Amino acid sequence: MRPEELRGRQAAGAVPPEELDRLVQREFAVIGARLRRVDGVAKVTGRAVYTDDLTFPGMLHGKILRSPHPHARIVSIDASEALALPGVHAVVTGRDMPVPYGIIPWTRDEYPLCVDRVRYIGDGVAAVAAVDEETANRALGLIRVEYEPLHAFLEPEEALDPPAGAEPIHAPTKPGRNGNVTKHVHLEFGDVDAELAASDVVVEGEYFFEGTTHTAIEPHCAIGYYDPTGKLTVWSATQVPHYLQRELARVLDLDVARVRVVQPAVGGAFGGKSEPFDLEFCVAKLAMATGRPVKILYTREEVFYAHRGRHPMKMRHRLGASADGRLRAVDAQTLIDGGAYASFGLVTTYYSGQLLTAPYRFGSYRFDSTRVYTNKPACGPKRGHGSVQPRFALEVQLDKLAERLGVDPIELRRRNFLGADTRTINELRVQSNGFLMCLEAVERASGWKERFRRLPYGRGLGVAGSCYISGTNYPIYPNAMPQSAAQIQLERSGRVTVFTGASEIGQGSDSVPAYIVAEELGVPLDYVRVVSADTDLVPVDLGAYSSRETLMMGNAVLDAARKLRKRVVASMARVWEIPPERVALVGGWALDRTDPERRVPISEAFNIAEAEHGALGATGSYDTPKDVHGAYRGGTIGASPAYSFTAHVAEVEVEPETGVVRVERIWVAHDCGRALNPVLVEGQIEGSTYMGFAEALMEAQVFKGPEQGRAGLHNAPSLLDYRIPTSVDTPELHALIVESVDPEGPYGAKEAGEGPLHSSIPAIANAIFDAVGVRLDALPFSPPAVWRALQDPAARARWEATHGARRAEVAAD
Amino acid sequence: MSTHSIRVTVNGEARTAEVEARLLLVHLVREQLRLTGTHIGCDTSHCGACTVLLDGRPVKSCTVLAVQADGREVVTVEGLARDGVLHPVQEGFHEEHGLQCGFCTPGMMLTAVALLARTPNPSEAEIRSAISGNLCRCTGYVNIVKAIQYAAHRLSEQAAASPPAVQAEAAVAAGGD
Repeated sequence: MRPEELRGRQAAGAVPPEELDRLVQREFAVIGARLRRVDGVAKVTGRAVYTDDLTFPGMLHGKILRSPHPHARIVSIDASEALALPGVHAVVTGRDMPVPYGIIPWTRDEYPLCVDRVRYIGDGVAAVAAVDEETANRALGLIRVEYEPLHAFLEPEEALDPPAGAEPIHAPTKPGRNGNVTKHVHLEFGDVDAELAASDVVVEGEYFFEGTTHTAIEPHCAIGYYDPTGKLTVWSATQVPHYLQRELARVLDLDVARVRVVQPAVGGAFGGKSEPFDLEFCVAKLAMATGRPVKILYTREEVFYAHRGRHPMKMRHRLGASADGRLRAVDAQTLIDGGAYASFGLVTTYYSGQLLTAPYRFGSYRFDSTRVYTNKPACGPKRGHGSVQPRFALEVQLDKLAERLGVDPIELRRRNFLGADTRTINELRVQSNGFLMCLEAVERASGWKERFRRLPYGRGLGVAGSCYISGTNYPIYPNAMPQSAAQIQLERSGRVTVFTGASEIGQGSDSVPAYIVAEELGVPLDYVRVVSADTDLVPVDLGAYSSRETLMMGNAVLDAARKLRKRVVASMARVWEIPPERVALVGGWALDRTDPERRVPISEAFNIAEAEHGALGATGSYDTPKDVHGAYRGGTIGASPAYSFTAHVAEVEVEPETGVVRVERIWVAHDCGRALNPVLVEGQIEGSTYMGFAEALMEAQVFKGPEQGRAGLHNAPSLLDYRIPTSVDTPELHALIVESVDPEGPYGAKEAGEGPLHSSIPAIANAIFDAVGVRLDALPFSPPAVWRALQDPAARARWEATHGARRAEVAAD
Repeated sequence: MSTHSIRVTVNGEARTAEVEARLLLVHLVREQLRLTGTHIGCDTSHCGACTVLLDGRPVKSCTVLAVQADGREVVTVEGLARDGVLHPVQEGFHEEHGLQCGFCTPGMMLTAVALLARTPNPSEAEIRSAISGNLCRCTGYVNIVKAIQYAAHRLSEQAAASPPAVQAEAAVAAGGD
């Protein structure tokens, strides 16, 4: 077939031929352009389907009975009255699902419903399926549970050192161990004590990071259906469909080949939907028991109990430096309050130390972290998992060091820059590193040089830096298969369908494959259809956690797209009798770069290639580098293909009379490697910075103590009392993109979703010091906390001294 | 449990329903009318995901009884686009990346529609104040503000290009009183 015989139609949205000349000259046609998201129209028209929007014929509604005790033995459960209630179809309890689970295979310490012991107020005990929610709720009230209360551990220190006779929250993993300890990690790199002794300055501080929770606006929801052939389907608001599929099969003793997990649109997650939850097992089991679809939608109150949010951490830091500000030693001791179950806690414990070693060069480093169980909802991974808390401590420590040495805090950070193409002290491999560009960007944008230490009393600027992983080199369960795979199919119409297991939670992982495919295969963006996160249809991707999607799914899609591109290009090169390098696929066309008049619509090019090669489909995969970490126990944890870097400058105004802190604006520069779509990257930077600001000033997931009567009860499980910032509370946010182009990332891209949360918080703390001369070493910086700090009679003098010193320094210039 | 027969105009269409006195408007909209673009996020009237327009005013439909909508006009997100053309507010949220997960978006947009009907050229402070009852957890609000500014601009362009009678109609369509 000769090309002129084809009657290809120019794709709608194809670039007009007169613009092609310009387009082929550019490095990228699509990547880096400010593009819309692919799910935007569905979301602005109300047609995006979230899990709770689904309904099925005969569907039942489930509810979960929750423990009123923080720690108790279950003596007996009598559900006979509930079962007798008209409209109730089934009741299940822990004994119906006695297989323990846990996202980390080494710490499977929870059950879909408690079997013989409850470990926090809100722990699931029994589940009911009934014709409607009201009947299900009424049935919960008819289930008789007899409890034998046990000593409740609410404070991590007590859990670490339990009173005689108090039963630990979990059975010890080995005789003689304290069952209240999830994990203890002690690692030392270099000789910390010697370096501290030899340091000119040692800064010591104690820091407290309060627990916070994700508060995605969509509550968790799941629907189970067990069809007559014995196949289970679960639709769930999850961010880890693949892990959920595996765990459902394992716990319910089903063949994983007969379990399908579908992730509909998800209304926010932030780490709060990144492991299996009781409702997913319960809808499955209730569907199996009744033969009917069963839905469970958490109430907002239940979302607070499900939690898995930021761990409260108590941190003791010592930092030794030479007189010129070089960091000789960092010594960190951390006590982590884990709540009732392990969740990701083993990783959290490592992350609390492992992820602190960039973007600064440490001369020596030691961390000692212990995560303990307490009788409160389990903590887990919230955006910036495990490293937001120690980052707060370290960056305030650096600010104190700068103040002691009389060095500008940005300059201090520059002096300690880790560098690119290097290893951190704990042997993490860092390739691209745009941190200096980030510092420079916020320094310039904020007017730092003219304004730091020179604003009037009550106003201040603060700086902080941070780094984060772009996914982890090792998957959660050990296996040698790719971390992400994708499949692409080219249609004769010129359309392209991409199948990916990536989990769209708002971050744009349905859009990224479309940009990549449009770039590689030259189709207009709206000719790409993305099918994602349905385990029956798509190859495996491990899910949306640890900021892995863009890098890993992006590489897998790129791999598949390039295989197809090669075939299409080869066919056109043959037809045109030119070398393949001269064939461009761009903007809806295939054309000869040196003679753009020679072109065919991309659909024709696909048809020519299909005629030559047969059906046009390809798979692609990405696996992480496995040989780039320290050869010590735990050395693999924290190892990532690429690290992102961030710098923040915050500007605050503090009212000394009330302790109210207003964050006026934040400048945030983030090194994302390459911005595949700057609009999405800016959205991630802004959202992340907002969430850090929110934790700095407002948020606190806290519980009643014994003095308040109901020890262990969530203080306020509602959006009335758990305060998250509104549009009027949120400061002006200025997102600045820095690109360092990492060799591991697709087109050089690294993460943008979690890194920019970290330094938001210490930048605000440091700005408060610049404003009023007081240090806030405990979160949140609420008006009472700030007001109390301001009662220190030396505070004003401290402010005068720092500002006077700066004035003198300026005068000396 | 008493039931009531109500007549509500929903997205321009007359609907009747038999409802229990205690039924919330949000449940009428989502469960009986199957308009699932209206979302439920919090159970306590704080998140604003369930915002709809009731006679042109934004209300959190989880705090309105269905019977209170009797004889009145309800606009949900599904009623914003006309003849396959996005409302300028929808266009703004799409063009300016005013959404990520999209869960708060319908309520946020309806609040914005009501604001722009009242205040065609709002300042940033007025926009932020108007949407302060709608919580977004993804965006930091930056692009939501831009999206509403985009819509204000588009609406004023449209108003300038239309004769007065059409303008009045446009104001009604946009949720004006």
